[in-house]
Amino acid sequence: MVIFENVSMTYPGGDMRAIDDMSFTIEDGEFVFLVGPSGSGKTSVIKLITGEVMADDGVLNVNGFDLRHMRRPKLPALRRTVGVIFQDFRLIEDKTIYDNVAFAMHVVGATNRDIKRRVPYVLDLVGLSGREKRFPREVSGGEQQRVAVARAIVNSPRLLIADEPTGNLDPARSLELMLLMDRINEMGTTVLVVTHEKELVNSFSKRVVAIEDGRVISDGMDGYYSYEIE
Amino acid sequence: MRSSKLGYLIREGFKSILTHGFMSFASVTIVVACLVIMGSFTLIAVNISSLLDDLESQNEVIAYVEETMSEDAARALQPDIEYISNVRSCQFVSKEQAMSEWVAQRAQGEGDQSAYTDLPAGVFRDRFIIYLEDISLMEQTKDELRGITGIAKVNGDLQVAEGFMAVRNVISAVSLVLVVVLVVVSVFIMSNTVKLATLSRRDEIAIMKMVGASNWFIRFPFVVEGLVLGALGGIIAYFLEWGLYDVVASRLMTGLIASLIAVIPFSAVSTVVLLVYLAVGLVVGVFGSSIAIRNYLQV
Repeated sequence: MVIFENVSMTYPGGDMRAIDDMSFTIEDGEFVFLVGPSGSGKTSVIKLITGEVMADDGVLNVNGFDLRHMRRPKLPALRRTVGVIFQDFRLIEDKTIYDNVAFAMHVVGATNRDIKRRVPYVLDLVGLSGREKRFPREVSGGEQQRVAVARAIVNSPRLLIADEPTGNLDPARSLELMLLMDRINEMGTTVLVVTHEKELVNSFSKRVVAIEDGRVISDGMDGYYSYEIE
Repeated sequence: MRSSKLGYLIREGFKSILTHGFMSFASVTIVVACLVIMGSFTLIAVNISSLLDDLESQNEVIAYVEETMSEDAARALQPDIEYISNVRSCQFVSKEQAMSEWVAQRAQGEGDQSAYTDLPAGVFRDRFIIYLEDISLMEQTKDELRGITGIAKVNGDLQVAEGFMAVRNVISAVSLVLVVVLVVVSVFIMSNTVKLATLSRRDEIAIMKMVGASNWFIRFPFVVEGLVLGALGGIIAYFLEWGLYDVVASRLMTGLIASLIAVIPFSAVSTVVLLVYLAVGLVVGVFGSSIAIRNYLQV
């Protein structure tokens, strides 16, 4: 669950608020698109949720962690409840696909037995069975993004965030990825997709939160175009 | 910590050495180069210091006994001389011994000692050859020797002693300055090499943070890596130093120079060199790597 309540944030050294009195709530199990033009504050929302930056004001709660009053050493515990997928995949180039996913489990202290059981299952879920021993550079962009998805969900996070996940994919691969995200959501994981791809958003009947200049300008189930964001 | 987790982190450290082969090679090379340069200079300074010790120990003071004293009475002065704190050793030389040594020295130069056979021993005095603990205190020791009843005259070349002291002071100062400069330069180069190595892995560290890795989980493989590379650098530097030292020592110990100087054998300093190289390598490796990644952990 994500609670933003009158949250404001200014980057250190900045003179304008990146997030300005923002309020919205994402319930457990929801699938939400966060949309908005460049510079609207989408990435800042993700950074606030993952604890990369701290809010100056308001109430910010993610999966039960009070981020306004949380100490830095607690951040790893928060991040283990949140899976993040990036537009540029951010895979470790000198690790195999298997190791890229397995290392996320090593981080949380999983046993070798659990890792050997869980990683092949997740790779199969994202359609990468048989590619375990390949390195990221040896597979396509779509497959690299699916490795990133596998890494993000392997520890069964409560919340999955995707930051422009289809930015580097063609339309067919983008749709495949979104269907995969939908499937993950159906399995109980809360999903927050940050994007500005109109067709993609409109092809799914999901909740859409639109932001501009660090503020929520609309929040509803009636689609992306109705907000007229370019 | 679970043993499987520790095992994973140690394996990651070793794997990282191989996957970042060039940076590992660069780090070890820098550690080796710095250690060998610093070590060589220190060993040269140690040898010069030992040589000075040797030369200083040969610097003698001669105390002549009153002519009126019998040989037995003169010999009886030895305990009084040895009682002086700066006297390391003291050897009695009778008039006869002094004369025969003098004649022998002359004969060596002129090839004939027949001219001195009629020389009476009485022209020489009984004397003590005295070696000092600290030649810088020569003048004070000479005064104390003069104060002993029965000692007529004391000879000791203060200029030579002062020369030794001046050389030692200059070498000590130059050694200290050079070692300090080399240490500073080495630390700077090494920390930059480690920084360069970690810069290439900034993204990897950021990804680890994003999936919830704690700081020690990220740092541990880097520390293992630094530990292994530092130890490796120390060991390679030790063997390289050994080889270099033996080559230089064997060159110096042949020919004319061998009669003038004695090089300390490497075996006499090998344990210290190995321990110091290992310690410096490990410290630089571990602290260098953990300090260098500190900035990247603040994500």
